[in-house]
Amino acid sequence: MVAYLDHAATSPLRPKALAAMEPYLTEQYGNPSSGHSLGRRARQAVDEARETVAACLGAQPGEVVFTGSGTEADNLAVSGARGDGVVVCTAVEHHAVLHPVESVGGRVVGVDGNGVIDLDALAAALDPSVTVVSVMLVNNEVGTIQPLEQVVEVVLAHAPNAVLHTDAVQAFPWVDVSHAARDASLISVSAHKFGGPKGVGALVVRDGTPVRAQILGGGQERDRRSGTTDVAGVVGMAAAMALTHTTRAATVGRVARLRDRLANELLKRVPGTAETGDRGGKVAGNCHLRFEGVESEALLVLLDDAGVCGSAGSACASGAIEPSHVLLAMGLTAAEAATSIRLSLGATTTAEDIDLALKAVPDAVAQLRNG
Amino acid sequence: MRVLVAMSGGVDSSVAAALLVDAGHDVVGATMKLWGGPSDTGCCSVADVEDARRVAQQLGIDHHVFNFTDSFDADVVVPYVADHAAGRTPNPCVECNRSLKFDRFLRRADALGFDAIATGHHARIDGDPACGWSLGRGRDRDKDQSYVLHMLGQDQLGRTLLPVGAMTKDEVRAVAAAAGLRTAAKPDSQDVCFIASGAGRSAFLGERIALHPGRVVDTDGRHVGDVEAVELVTVGQRKGLGPVGAGVPRYALAVDVASATVTVGSPDELLVTATAVTAWTWTADAAAIGTVVEAQTSAHGEPRPAVFTGGGVEWSRPAKRVAPGQSVVLYDGDRVLGGGRAA
Repeated sequence: MVAYLDHAATSPLRPKALAAMEPYLTEQYGNPSSGHSLGRRARQAVDEARETVAACLGAQPGEVVFTGSGTEADNLAVSGARGDGVVVCTAVEHHAVLHPVESVGGRVVGVDGNGVIDLDALAAALDPSVTVVSVMLVNNEVGTIQPLEQVVEVVLAHAPNAVLHTDAVQAFPWVDVSHAARDASLISVSAHKFGGPKGVGALVVRDGTPVRAQILGGGQERDRRSGTTDVAGVVGMAAAMALTHTTRAATVGRVARLRDRLANELLKRVPGTAETGDRGGKVAGNCHLRFEGVESEALLVLLDDAGVCGSAGSACASGAIEPSHVLLAMGLTAAEAATSIRLSLGATTTAEDIDLALKAVPDAVAQLRNG
Repeated sequence: MRVLVAMSGGVDSSVAAALLVDAGHDVVGATMKLWGGPSDTGCCSVADVEDARRVAQQLGIDHHVFNFTDSFDADVVVPYVADHAAGRTPNPCVECNRSLKFDRFLRRADALGFDAIATGHHARIDGDPACGWSLGRGRDRDKDQSYVLHMLGQDQLGRTLLPVGAMTKDEVRAVAAAAGLRTAAKPDSQDVCFIASGAGRSAFLGERIALHPGRVVDTDGRHVGDVEAVELVTVGQRKGLGPVGAGVPRYALAVDVASATVTVGSPDELLVTATAVTAWTWTADAAAIGTVVEAQTSAHGEPRPAVFTGGGVEWSRPAKRVAPGQSVVLYDGDRVLGGGRAA
């Protein structure tokens, strides 16, 4: 048995999504840009998927731009909406935002010990030259939910020429993005974080928000993102999105109970354990712990041997785990960051998964501490 | 036996893993990420990790990447730079083996419950738990790496496997080719792994320490030339130390960073009768003072007869000066007794 507790990295494809995709991987192979019957059928599937995605995100269908990933959506938002202005983001953004911002010399705003944006620092970083402010809705490592409503007020008051982008990639399984991100002009999502296929994302671009295409070509997606649409991909994303959206409330309640049991029991059973990030301020699926004196890199290997899939930090190109910029930005020491692991739950997580983790983690920590 | 193989992405460690799998061991591969900066020759590039991973996949074994960049920086790169700043000539491969492969990696393997580690080094470990372990030269004398493993003690030798040590390099490549491993024809790594060959050592050091122009003087104190950076001169070096073809070649006899002076002399003046050595380590018991040994002072240098004096070695015949910082390794025939650092 494998206890998959890495849903923040990717989540298993939901059977409904796979079933919805299947025709478009086989007999319905038309290009949605073609005028003939096969093309029209593909076009209809894309149109319907776009309507579903728009409804789940609180947008109009014409505001949805399909992309090849959440990263691409983030890049399109930051680089495409920037114009010649200054971009601002938080220090705990995913690299898909942080690196585009840093590459154009943008401003990075700090966070508090829970990973919540420092609104005073944000205000200080804003001025009329700022054109994009990017604040993630939910952090990928520690699960912290950002106060977007307050962020919007600060942006309106201090950066009259800016649009707000929110990376909602980690948020969608847990948060009603159509409500929480209603004031954002740009919203990124990624299908595989909520039971859709990998290689598909979307960016909501509210009407009137200027976005310059980053990929030029055939003019698909209303000239905002060229390239033949991944028909099966967007169909799968829409199916997973609708399922997630309609069952979210029940999932959040159930998973939060599993997560609380996991975190509480580990805090109780394993001496020298600390939790990172205020649990009340994070999404239901995130459990972030550090075990004093235990290198997370070694711990993950032992957990893997025991059938528990977790993660730590983010992997670089070589596959090595890098010290987490998120944890360092929250004020953890490098040593604390190196002892941190993330166990992330999802809609398919079961009580048995938690049982296995509750046996494997204490055993592994004890082995690493006692030799 | 559960064995963790250090897989660099080269052919030797690939074959080491393959041989252990064939022998029926429970094998897991791991690649250490050691260096975060630019590199083209070494052990940490994405391409090398990919090679290691693909070989592991071919062999059907798990493969992990361990990020040991912090230790590598603290225990190899920082001392390397400090040695140069002090006019010494460090051997970073020795320090990497001492601090990374046979310390942090070995401890990681222990923590994960492995019985032993393995590497692709060309050297041989013989013995048994009752009688103890010995470290010997690899069968392929041209590829022998026992010199850079001289710091291994009984504890490490007893938990280390060197599966290719009994093979020639040609045999290693033949095994890799027969097994269809993608690393079969990969060139051997050269030079210092964390220094990109384009910019080189002077650029690497120049970014980290101040390099000082130096005066070149002869043994009578006469100013005979200049060097761009005294920190880059190695005792025994001939190149770049004055006019070529002016009779007798001149070699660096001493490097004094404080006064930014390089003293040069003739080939005869380069010879010494004894070399002081510090920080001895021994593969088993320490050698008794007065033991007749063969001493080797570079990775592929010739071993020369000497007597162990405790504070160093006395050469049976005058020998070239050893650059301070280089390892002096003592052998009894093909067996490593131990080694230390030239003072």
